[in-house]
Amino acid sequence: MLREFPVSIQLEKRNVPSVLFSAVSPLIALALTLLAGAVLFTLMGHNPLEALYFYFVEPLTETWSLHELVVKATPLVLIATGLAICFRSNNWNIGAEGQFIVGAIAGAAFPVLLPGFESFAVLPLMMICGMLGGMAWAFIPAFLKNRFGANEILTSLMLVYVAELLLDWMVRGPWRNPEGYNFPETRSFSGWQVLPEMLTSGRAHYGALFAILGVLLMWFMLAKTMKGFEISVIGQAPRAGRFAGFNPKATTLFVFLVSGAFAGLAGIAEVSGAIGQLRPSISPGYGFTAIIVAFLGRLNPPGIFAAGLVLALSYLGGEAVQVSLQMSDKVASVFQGMLLIFVLGCDTLIHHRVRISRTGTDAASVGEVKNGTV
Amino acid sequence: MGLFEAILLSIVTSATPLLIAALGELVTERSGVLNLGVEGMMIMGAVSGFAFGIMTGNPYLGMLGAIVTGALFSLVFAFMTITLVTNQVATGLALTILGLGVSGLWGEAFVGIPGVRMQPIEIPLLSQIPFIGKLLFAQDLIFYISILLLAGVSYFLFRSRAGLTLRAVGDNHVSAHALGISVAKTRYLAVMFGGACSGLAGGHLSLVYTSQWIENMTSGRGWIALALVVFASWRPTRVLIGAYLFGAMGILQLHIQAQGVKIPSQFLSALPYIATVVVLVIISRNRRLTMMNTPASLGKGFVPDR
Repeated sequence: MLREFPVSIQLEKRNVPSVLFSAVSPLIALALTLLAGAVLFTLMGHNPLEALYFYFVEPLTETWSLHELVVKATPLVLIATGLAICFRSNNWNIGAEGQFIVGAIAGAAFPVLLPGFESFAVLPLMMICGMLGGMAWAFIPAFLKNRFGANEILTSLMLVYVAELLLDWMVRGPWRNPEGYNFPETRSFSGWQVLPEMLTSGRAHYGALFAILGVLLMWFMLAKTMKGFEISVIGQAPRAGRFAGFNPKATTLFVFLVSGAFAGLAGIAEVSGAIGQLRPSISPGYGFTAIIVAFLGRLNPPGIFAAGLVLALSYLGGEAVQVSLQMSDKVASVFQGMLLIFVLGCDTLIHHRVRISRTGTDAASVGEVKNGTV
Repeated sequence: MGLFEAILLSIVTSATPLLIAALGELVTERSGVLNLGVEGMMIMGAVSGFAFGIMTGNPYLGMLGAIVTGALFSLVFAFMTITLVTNQVATGLALTILGLGVSGLWGEAFVGIPGVRMQPIEIPLLSQIPFIGKLLFAQDLIFYISILLLAGVSYFLFRSRAGLTLRAVGDNHVSAHALGISVAKTRYLAVMFGGACSGLAGGHLSLVYTSQWIENMTSGRGWIALALVVFASWRPTRVLIGAYLFGAMGILQLHIQAQGVKIPSQFLSALPYIATVVVLVIISRNRRLTMMNTPASLGKGFVPDR
């Protein structure tokens, strides 16, 4: 059985987290992902170097694709920044995808219901409504956790399915464009209902600015304010937090509402800036990919900013190899899954020393074998 | 066969994968490991079951492939959370994301291709009993397995020495370690049992429930199975009740849709998910019940002192 395994891996807790590995563990994870990717491409019958080039380098060589990178990184960074404070405080909001969708629906109410309302005031109103929509959806699991002790992982996730069905119903039912030849979509936004592009050279819209501001705001809160300290303490040492007089329920509500607002803003920014209307599907799983972004960024806002660009590249690369090598774009989600696995595995190095020893030469494991045979 | 009988039959078919996946996860959680990757392991079971099914032309070999794939896939999770002591919640999510991705890639060639399907096995004499005979004794093999699994898991957990060991590891891994029980070995086996069950449940979807591969065909069933374990407060027999309640809900909403009721279909489709939330709330309100039954070490990593 397991005791006969030729090598054994043993962990030893470090007294203080390793500064070195805190910095390099995401990089090791990236390297491992590239290595595993090369193996995957080889198995699929492609030249691994060529495939990796098309996947990770080629999308960075043209202006339009750099714009696409920003377009895709925008929702990822926004959502992940909000999720970071949830995860830091041990609140597992994994329903950001649902909050993204409900935010998009709430924000789209203005252009859909009041198509003539095109003054500049409509844009901020849409963004605020988007945030409120995301907050409302995130409020449900937070409230159910605080009031009834219901597991927030499961409730927030179930609400993703409900949100997807709600959107599907809206665009096929009450909000369908009457002049749209029966296509399941709302009317196209116009004038000030559209979040404008930042540069004339491509599609990147002002949502990217929200993402940058969000990162700065969150960085400030976590590093400089009492609230940020409270969030970290409650996550890492709940007992100490209670002694300090921090209220875990208030924190749960706070982090859910903030992350809901961020996801909702990402949703309406995506719909208003990148898509221009509501459709049955408005996200290639940004809400779930943002979980990877949050962990790759080590739950730190600046790290999340960089990680958002990496994961955005994983989407672009998937599209690129589909075109250049006729590969399936599903490769992207395989890459994303592998990346998260490697990130979590490498994070072990931060808090533990890893000892790999050959079974049989190690005194401790000899003892184990004896125990097993008695 | 009347409509009522047909509905009952389809409820059994839709409840079976929920029951199997939830029983597997129940054993995993009883050992103190929270594996949120059920959805990912199930979808891997579904795609591999389909693949091995059409490769061999035999649905039973396909199912075997699904079980083995589920167990091997869960090994990734076991290595991460038990050997490397990673965060179980995050790792479970990673397993689900990876499973959905890999299955999508692997299954791309299978979209629209007819697969193989398991046929019902009629048990002589018993299946002749009016009404319940057809319902309980003329089912596919997996239904019988699910019932045997229920009995087996109940017996194992509460009547066997190994089951006692497993529960001890789940309730207090420090004491169990001090008693000389290998926490890691127990948990590896429990996680792999959960993976095998999830694989089987996924295989049921692509070899019994339908005979085709559809991307993301588990559509949240793995998550519902996770909720069922909480609903059952970690008791196998209550998993049976929960699985059939949810199976019934899924089927009834389909029938209401088919009757052409004026309610938008999306609202009916959302019912099982909303019901999961409601059920979680009702169960969790009773703090005493959940506190008493939740394995005390659930979700906590274990690094032995040396």
